[in-house]
Amino acid sequence: MTLDAHIPDGPLDKKWTNYKNNAKLVSPANKRKFELIIVGSGLAGASAAATLAEQGYKVKCFCFQDSPRRAHSIAAQGGINAAKNYQNDGDSVYRLFYDTIKGGDFRSREANVHRLAEVSVDIIDQCVAQGVPFAREYGGLLDNRSFGGAQVSRTFYARGQTGQQLLLGAYSGLSHQIATGAVQMFPRTEMLDLVLVDGHAKGIIVRDLNTGEITSHSADAVLLCTGGYGNVFYLSTNARGSNVTATFRAHKRGALFANPCFTQIHPTCIPVSGDYQSKLTLMSESLRNDGRIWVPKSKEDCGKEPSSIPEADRDYFLERKYPSYGNLAPRDISSRSAKEACDEGRGVGPGGLGVYLDFADAIKRLGQKTIEERYGNLFEMYRNITGENAYERPMRIYPAVHYTMGGLWVDYNLMSNIPGLHVLGEANFSDHGANRLGASALMQGLADGYFVIPYTLGNYLTTQFGKKVDANHPAFEQALKETKAHVQRLIDIKGTRPVDSFHRELGLIIWDYCGMARSAEGLTEAIGKIQKLRKEFWSDLKLIGGADGINMELERAGRVADFLEFGELMCLDALTRDESCGGHFRTEHQTPDGEALRNDEQYSFVSAWKYEGEGNTSTLVKEPLVYEQVKPSTRSYK
Amino acid sequence: MKFHLKVWRQKDSHSEGTLEDYTAENIPADASFLEMLDIVNNSLTGKDVPPIQFDSDCREGICGSCSLTINGVPHGPGRGTTCQLYMRNFRDGDTITIEPFRADAFPVQRDVVVDRSAFDRIIQAGGYISERSGSAPDANSVPISKTIADKAMDAAACIGCGACAAACPNGSAMLFVSAKVTHLGLLPQGKPEADRRVLGMVRQMDKEGFGNCSNYYACEAVCPAGVPAAFIGRMNREFTAASMKEMAGMTV
Repeated sequence: MTLDAHIPDGPLDKKWTNYKNNAKLVSPANKRKFELIIVGSGLAGASAAATLAEQGYKVKCFCFQDSPRRAHSIAAQGGINAAKNYQNDGDSVYRLFYDTIKGGDFRSREANVHRLAEVSVDIIDQCVAQGVPFAREYGGLLDNRSFGGAQVSRTFYARGQTGQQLLLGAYSGLSHQIATGAVQMFPRTEMLDLVLVDGHAKGIIVRDLNTGEITSHSADAVLLCTGGYGNVFYLSTNARGSNVTATFRAHKRGALFANPCFTQIHPTCIPVSGDYQSKLTLMSESLRNDGRIWVPKSKEDCGKEPSSIPEADRDYFLERKYPSYGNLAPRDISSRSAKEACDEGRGVGPGGLGVYLDFADAIKRLGQKTIEERYGNLFEMYRNITGENAYERPMRIYPAVHYTMGGLWVDYNLMSNIPGLHVLGEANFSDHGANRLGASALMQGLADGYFVIPYTLGNYLTTQFGKKVDANHPAFEQALKETKAHVQRLIDIKGTRPVDSFHRELGLIIWDYCGMARSAEGLTEAIGKIQKLRKEFWSDLKLIGGADGINMELERAGRVADFLEFGELMCLDALTRDESCGGHFRTEHQTPDGEALRNDEQYSFVSAWKYEGEGNTSTLVKEPLVYEQVKPSTRSYK
Repeated sequence: MKFHLKVWRQKDSHSEGTLEDYTAENIPADASFLEMLDIVNNSLTGKDVPPIQFDSDCREGICGSCSLTINGVPHGPGRGTTCQLYMRNFRDGDTITIEPFRADAFPVQRDVVVDRSAFDRIIQAGGYISERSGSAPDANSVPISKTIADKAMDAAACIGCGACAAACPNGSAMLFVSAKVTHLGLLPQGKPEADRRVLGMVRQMDKEGFGNCSNYYACEAVCPAGVPAAFIGRMNREFTAASMKEMAGMTV
């Protein structure tokens, strides 16, 4: 099997323009005839649904939350990047492109990333037009802040709630289209299978989470906008409901899963406080603009009150190791440095798993009022969770899983290897390589939904005239039967352990062996442990209640069953990629001073995995990464 | 810590519900309220009792999913969402009553899960700015004073949880509706549709069965996003002006 990314010809900065000039168009009269299924209503899903419906397509949009406004994009705090160069500080499309490629440690596709940087500027215009209240300067123009991995200020923000405001913007557009009847919305409805007819994605099987009813929906194309799989770690900054089920079940139907081991550990989260904990809370990376990260130089000081530790005895480790980027070093590097400090026994707080993020200098320099204006809600959140006042005492932070760069493989059209199945936003693998820079997840979600898919979808749809199938097709009946049997199988186990206990155990395995540092030995062990846990799950899961009506444990059980298979694939991918790059740090491959050591000669490719049936080892398909414009270099933030 | 819980259990929207007694044992003080319920649910599963069904998602106070009335107050003591409430705010041995958000327009679906789709329909009735993707002018082409932008943001911060309507003795959703009307009405981009918006949203609100505001200010007191009740007065003025224009036959 070979993979063709369908990257357009021409010089890098002309590819998207050339593509648009030659893309197939669907006439307004024909758009009305095409039905589209969009799964997920986050930034990618809501923006795609709103835009495609406005263009005239008939859209069905599904989300498992009780309202499309609650998709997890809402929790993004810091901001959204765009190469507007409003600050006149030397930014450009090329620089945003280069920063993103470099930030991803040269494991993403040039053409996709350049397109992302190009459309970034349109996103800001679009959002302002729909009423997103971005932060402004006194003159009335938009304000920007700087963010990790960049030396320019290109991040637009709305207090510490940028994701919320962007999502509500997309949700308002979606609501408008629901009101016109162009979008039919299905809240509290979860996708449980993808239906293929003659190899093309023609619909999905869903479960109504209120009634438990399982039904089929057919369409001319299916768009998965279902987010990432960070909850494979159990504890992450993802929402409780975020899951891999939609993408993994599409994977089981033949869609290749790319780079599953590329996960992002975010450096600034509130540390874990106990084993009852259900999630980790992120503190926006924007805090690193003004906060200084440190640990005591000597272990003996770790238990002391931070204010009693003199400057000379503090180790501002990011500023020391990366003088030019300092506290704004990229996420993978910052996280690993914090882990190293804690591994050396210099961590602070419960269990020694924390480092200080100190605002004392910034408060002295700018005054508490300015800090309050910039980060007030974050300080409040921190106080609420920990009971501590960060204006007076440094915050304690520790890395936590936050984002997953891997996802279903897509080509330049955002179409997977299954014709008709398109994948947008965090659910695809395409733009962030082995590490994502801050403020670029929102950018990618909205780029895919507002500005990419509306152009690329036509290329597929124009091949589908007269090929409509309805949900009575035998392929749907078969998939429906299988889905019902799968749900029943979970209920019939009747074992002794609640679903959360399996999820928690899986999360610990993944965190220990496939987290911030990975090794061949550890990963091999992890795979064995996951296989064993999966067996236990299928023999000892205990669910109360049946498949009718609201049964959230049943919903979780289905998702955990997928995580138990997916976790193994993730470890297999990490084991196979015998190099370090970005967030994937193999302890066997590091420079003498502990930095990730890439191996471009052997590993400059995308790992796309093909499902081979439950219990069988997946097959690796490689898409070589060809760099025409940039020369992969050793990433240095020193 | 140990707590005595009285929890609303209801099979579905057609059945009657009752308060059932449970004990929550060995609860760490640093656990959140929802984590306390997770612990209780795991122990219920062990005892073959169906776990308590409750909504939650982000668990960091922004998605607006969680919706418990705790000791009679939507989201319980404090100003945050249910998920941001920590058990250290209770005393060991406390009796805690847990009910759904109660409002005529929020039917109970199961236990403490309610149907808040009325809010979505209100937004669909006008809570947007009609614009076409890709047709927007440059973002800096219309300067907006920082004061206006900040105030619009105060209003836009609403998380759509519904605590306002649940707290209101009239079951009014006017804080929610006024937040969106204010957010969009203050911005120059939202002005062209302001009249249509306020008329459409307020009428939909009435149709959904929400009551009117009679200045109890209970909504403001429980709003986790700190949306001020003053926005309701602003909405009323906008609504009156738009109704007059409509009556006078001026296009809205």
